[in-house]
Amino acid sequence: MKRHFRELSVAAALLIVLLALAVFAPAFYQPQPLLSLLTREAPTLVVACGMALIIIAREIDISVGSQFAVCSVCAGLLSANGWPLPLVFISSILLGGVMGALNGWLVAGLRLPSIVVTLATMVTLRQGLNMVRQGEFVNLPDGVQWFGLSQVAGQWALVIASFVLLALMAFATKHLAAGRFVYAVGTDAEASRLAGIRPQLVTFSTFVLIGALTGLAAMMNIVQSPQVQPASGSGLELKVIAAVVVGGVAISGGRGNLWGVFVGLLLLACIAPALTHLRIEAYWEKAIQGAIILLAVVADGLRSWKQKYNHR
Amino acid sequence: MDTSLLQLRSVTKSFGAVRALKGVSFDLLAGEVHALLGENGAGKSTLIKVITGAHQPDGGSIEINGERVAQLTPASAHKLGIACIYQQPALFLDLTVAENIGLRLEPASAIRKVDWPARQTRATELLKRIGAEISPDAEVRSLSMPEQQLVEIACALGAGARIVIMDEPTASLTQKEQHLLFAVVKDLRANGVGVIYISHRLEEIFQLADRVTVLRDGESVGTNKVGEMNEASLIKLMVGREVSAIYPPAENAQGEIVLSLKNISCAAGSVQDVNLDVRAGEILGLAGLVGAGRTELARVLFGITPADSGEILLNGQRVRISSPQEAVAHGIAYVPEDRRRHGVILEMPIAHNMTMAIHRRIFPGAWLRFGAEKHLALDFIRDLGVKAYGPEAPGSSLSGGNQQKVSLARWLATKPKLLILDEPTQGVDVGAKSEIHKIIRRLAKEGLAVLMISSDLPEVLGMSDRIVVMRGGTIAAMLPGKSDAHTVMTAALGQTK
Repeated sequence: MKRHFRELSVAAALLIVLLALAVFAPAFYQPQPLLSLLTREAPTLVVACGMALIIIAREIDISVGSQFAVCSVCAGLLSANGWPLPLVFISSILLGGVMGALNGWLVAGLRLPSIVVTLATMVTLRQGLNMVRQGEFVNLPDGVQWFGLSQVAGQWALVIASFVLLALMAFATKHLAAGRFVYAVGTDAEASRLAGIRPQLVTFSTFVLIGALTGLAAMMNIVQSPQVQPASGSGLELKVIAAVVVGGVAISGGRGNLWGVFVGLLLLACIAPALTHLRIEAYWEKAIQGAIILLAVVADGLRSWKQKYNHR
Repeated sequence: MDTSLLQLRSVTKSFGAVRALKGVSFDLLAGEVHALLGENGAGKSTLIKVITGAHQPDGGSIEINGERVAQLTPASAHKLGIACIYQQPALFLDLTVAENIGLRLEPASAIRKVDWPARQTRATELLKRIGAEISPDAEVRSLSMPEQQLVEIACALGAGARIVIMDEPTASLTQKEQHLLFAVVKDLRANGVGVIYISHRLEEIFQLADRVTVLRDGESVGTNKVGEMNEASLIKLMVGREVSAIYPPAENAQGEIVLSLKNISCAAGSVQDVNLDVRAGEILGLAGLVGAGRTELARVLFGITPADSGEILLNGQRVRISSPQEAVAHGIAYVPEDRRRHGVILEMPIAHNMTMAIHRRIFPGAWLRFGAEKHLALDFIRDLGVKAYGPEAPGSSLSGGNQQKVSLARWLATKPKLLILDEPTQGVDVGAKSEIHKIIRRLAKEGLAVLMISSDLPEVLGMSDRIVVMRGGTIAAMLPGKSDAHTVMTAALGQTK
């Protein structure tokens, strides 16, 4: 109970929002808009899983939005050239993995601070993409949108896929030795090294993983529309980091879990539709999200302050 | 001479349900060194924090210079001439010595012109007064721990402190540095300053202190003149029972040579030309001053800074060790010095800590098996007598001695042939210390080869079957286990008899 206090309090907040909606705006619970909401958030959830591990390992990756855009455009071009969809999926994941490996090499191999490295790759990838593509949209061939299924079937497929991935990742972080290494490195890299763990390898792997997940998320996004926008994914990093922080992952590393991140993401995602249904101006969305993030960070701050105080 | 600088009467302080101080009275006279002694958790730190104003007492009274002080804050304590020198100096690492001293002593207004020459002169003067050979322009980061402590003392002197508190000042000092520090303390005393001196090392108290107050479980169990006490009576006061033999008896049943070093050198670790044998079943004590290359040698053996040249033979076979993973695979375990930083991951449950180095063995196929982990943790908790509420207890909830046992368990779990211990009882209270000594002796008896690095001379003398003394990165002397302190120190200092 005490150990998961942070996660449970976010869940309680989500429950309150959902209850408020049930009382004041039951229209929120129509199945189709709800399914659309979850579908829209499915790619974000996939990236958030990767980001959670990155932050638990005491690093950060702010280049995911740009990686997302590069993967989206490349995948779109491959599809337009007639590549079969499964192959495009694999290519996008691989491409993401390669970009993640670049970040990982710079951070773990050259021991550069991840905030600077990923800031640089964020700008470089985004501007490089703009230069090459000049802002051109990519029209996707038939059979890509919703995997060639009906919209509802496609939406279900994406939502279920994101949930399965979340469950698998959550299970793996708890039950795989590699998952515990991530926590150990995030808490104390030097202690981990002395215990025979290779912190650089762990860090590198988390960057490769978030890259691959971003590639997958890009695919889960482009199948939702008939075209690929080159500007897709801008602001994704903020959205994802916000979900991770609200979900109880300590920005100082070593603490948090993926279920909390899931709840945090849902909480942030519910704000906009809740406002619409409660007939509050949509301008409030960002302000409320900001307040939630601030609250989460303050809660963590109080927690570590209290811990220090208790230690005397 | 007998003016009272500080008088505490029946001071109480609780943290939640924990009563850290249960009515402690304490006094400090001008020109005395008053030692404060007690096991970890006896209330020493809390008492110090009450005196420095960091904690407000719940009850009791505080008098400074004969006047009752209603409320003591860190700022007013500073004004009243109370200075505390912590084990870990609280200096700004990126600033120079003079800047650090200036920051403490100059008025704290943001808009004023810094008088650089005056700042420089004062720093030079203060450092000279305590006999420290430190340049005022040196960056604090580049100073050793004892040098940083000297800077702290200079600050205290400069502030005109009348009450100086020293919290385990010698924990990381070499013998020579200790002498320097003691000289400074004696100088302070001669100038009428009252010194409250906290240490786990009893011999220091006999060398330095005039009176000694022993705390036990938040209560004062007596203030005595040091001359009227001896080591046994002090220990008895601290633990409330007689500790019959401090060190478990050695057993001279030595086996095969486990580790053999031939001309090992490592430039990065400044280790030069080391030749050494360690046998199964023996405790080889590695003595020497801080900076003599003992920890560096351990790091070479554990593959953290691999050797540049020379041979390492394990059970007669030549091996190369270039990473901690390889060292573990060869059956070498290293319990590092700074357990809070490198030994135990404080946020993690102790069970996770204990299996940290044996993932591949206990979890084949990379899946964690929580049952097996818990089983192993419970075994170690029982075996080593770890005091914790269970395998799920986070490392941070344990006392220093028990953290050290967890760190030890992690490495014993690898079933090593060679166990390297670096300062195994640093900052550990007397009771836990003797428990850890018993464990080490038992491990050796079970056939482990133990290489024990320690700056605690009585520990080296009491525990070791053989003693190797290092100096300047190489081996200065090999001595039998029953050597006396004088011989060891002579070798460590490099003086010819």
